[in-house]
Amino acid sequence: MTGIATGRTIPDRLQSRTYRALRSWETILLVVAVGVFVINSFASPHFLNAWNLSDATFNFTEKAMIAFAMAMLIIAGEIDLSVASIIALVSTAMGLAMQAGAGVPVLICVGLFTGLVCGALNGALVAGMGLPSIVVTIGTMSLFRGISYIVLGDQAFTGYPDGFDFFGQGYVWWVFSFELVLFAVLAVVFWLLLHRTNFGRAVYAIGNNATAAQFSGIRVARVRFILFLLTGLMSAIAAICLTSRLGSTRPSIATGFELEVVTMVVLGGVNILGGSGSIPGVVLAALIMGMVTFGFGLLNVPGIVMSIFLGLLLIGVIAVPRLLRGK
Amino acid sequence: MSIWRKALTTAALASVLMATTAAAENVKIALVVKALGIGFFEAAAKGAEEAAAELGDVEIIYTGPTSTTAEGQIEVINALIAQGVDAIAISANDPDAVAPALKKAMDRGITVISWDSGVAAEGRQMHLNPSSSALIGNTIIKLAADHMPEGGDVAILSATSTSTNQNIWIEEATKVLPNYPGINLVATVYGDDLADKSYREAQGLMSTYPNLKAIIAPTTVGILAASQAVTDAGKIGQINVTGLGLPSEMAGAVDSGATISFAIWNPIDLGYAATMIAYNLNKGTAKAEPGASIPMGRIGAATLDDNNEAAMSDPFTYDKSNIEQFKSIF
Repeated sequence: MTGIATGRTIPDRLQSRTYRALRSWETILLVVAVGVFVINSFASPHFLNAWNLSDATFNFTEKAMIAFAMAMLIIAGEIDLSVASIIALVSTAMGLAMQAGAGVPVLICVGLFTGLVCGALNGALVAGMGLPSIVVTIGTMSLFRGISYIVLGDQAFTGYPDGFDFFGQGYVWWVFSFELVLFAVLAVVFWLLLHRTNFGRAVYAIGNNATAAQFSGIRVARVRFILFLLTGLMSAIAAICLTSRLGSTRPSIATGFELEVVTMVVLGGVNILGGSGSIPGVVLAALIMGMVTFGFGLLNVPGIVMSIFLGLLLIGVIAVPRLLRGK
Repeated sequence: MSIWRKALTTAALASVLMATTAAAENVKIALVVKALGIGFFEAAAKGAEEAAAELGDVEIIYTGPTSTTAEGQIEVINALIAQGVDAIAISANDPDAVAPALKKAMDRGITVISWDSGVAAEGRQMHLNPSSSALIGNTIIKLAADHMPEGGDVAILSATSTSTNQNIWIEEATKVLPNYPGINLVATVYGDDLADKSYREAQGLMSTYPNLKAIIAPTTVGILAASQAVTDAGKIGQINVTGLGLPSEMAGAVDSGATISFAIWNPIDLGYAATMIAYNLNKGTAKAEPGASIPMGRIGAATLDDNNEAAMSDPFTYDKSNIEQFKSIF
């Protein structure tokens, strides 16, 4: 802290400032989360109810699973806008497998494999050919969902086998749904991966300066490719949960999820230009978005008010650090 | 101290009593639509409020997602379950995807019906269609016949030759044709629901059948194109264009007289009827089972078929007297 005040050594200043900004951002999020929780509890008598809160977690769990991988991708300076379309394609692939008579384990494998293939395609185009990720994934966004539309048209896959409904509708223990537990486990896994491994350090290094990272011996292309694979895999897991929760597949499944996922990541304090951000921030952002949506729903506030609220929150997220820095 | 406590206890007791009586009195019915901000559904909400005012002890919660997604509707349904509403009446974005969430609602004792756009049978107690194929088929012929006291030639301008809905309606219309003596159906042509092709087909009808008195178009694209063709040919007053259309699109044709009247479902009635049915099912005055008859207030009663589906009524007729009111709605 005193280092900042005297401003003697430039590297120290940068590091401790970033560190401080990160810390303070998560603190702000925590305060907001607690605030939303308290306000909701007072605003509606139905909010503080274990089952209702459990139902409310379905508002964000699937999106948050993708947001973990997306956070790492954005920290590394890339983005994947095709995640919602990967969900559609994965769900369609599982539907086809189901029609062919596949059981639950095969369905899961088909889903995960399809997600990995989608991620690998994105990764190959971005990391392998050096194309800009935003353009590539806008392209694959249309491609993946387009295939779903060709396969399904205005039809739907229904009649998933018994037992498949567990992933989106089942409960592990009491009010803790499978999705909620999976969300918690994945949060820990991604926290370890980003904050406690060499791979995680490499992700930050690439996001801050890819060229410097390359010269420091980090295999930049490989890390990027793995990140896209990971995003594809997480989209597949989200697709399995969502398909199971809906009990059906339509090509319009998960429409607009990509923007909500990116919103979640940016709200979580991840720098959209890459280089900084954390998993706890994303977890808090997911909780805030889920609870605000649910709280507004309980009060029957039209969804558009929620959109306005989120828009303002997002602009605030980008503006507040800049204002603080300007000061 | 004790006075305070007494006062507080009384106040608390009074508020609890008031809360319980209020809860016991009001039936909370949620009208869930495909998305907020669509004129058709705003009109349905008006109908629901009308029913609520008539019933007296009903509170309408008009809600829906911002975009027409099943995921958004599920979030809304979960919030409604949490609030403990008494009934949900939904026009679904996806008949299958919302079914698990609605099934959960039914498990928790909530009355669930679908209207307009249905839900898979396991996700609702009954479904209310705005009308039925037989009623639509009869209506489109009647609309033409009503303005042809001496009879004469009529022609049908449909969508594509493979349009399932239109084909069923035309089939039903031909079935009831003998009930309208003097009405002579001379041709059925297809405009493929394309404005320019429908326009040309209408022109073709007028030149092929000089004695044509009416063109019946059971499609919103066809009726608009045909009324334009009749207007352009200067045959207003000779040929009446009728069928199924949207008030917002048809206001001009009704004004000019190219179309005397046309029909489509009335969203206000639909919202009204859905609310009435939800109320009656919730109160136990009617049961959702095949063959049952559920009262719908001023509209009559809905009779359920084997799939627990019912048709509300004849399509609603729009003419000079009411087009101004409806053209801003949908």
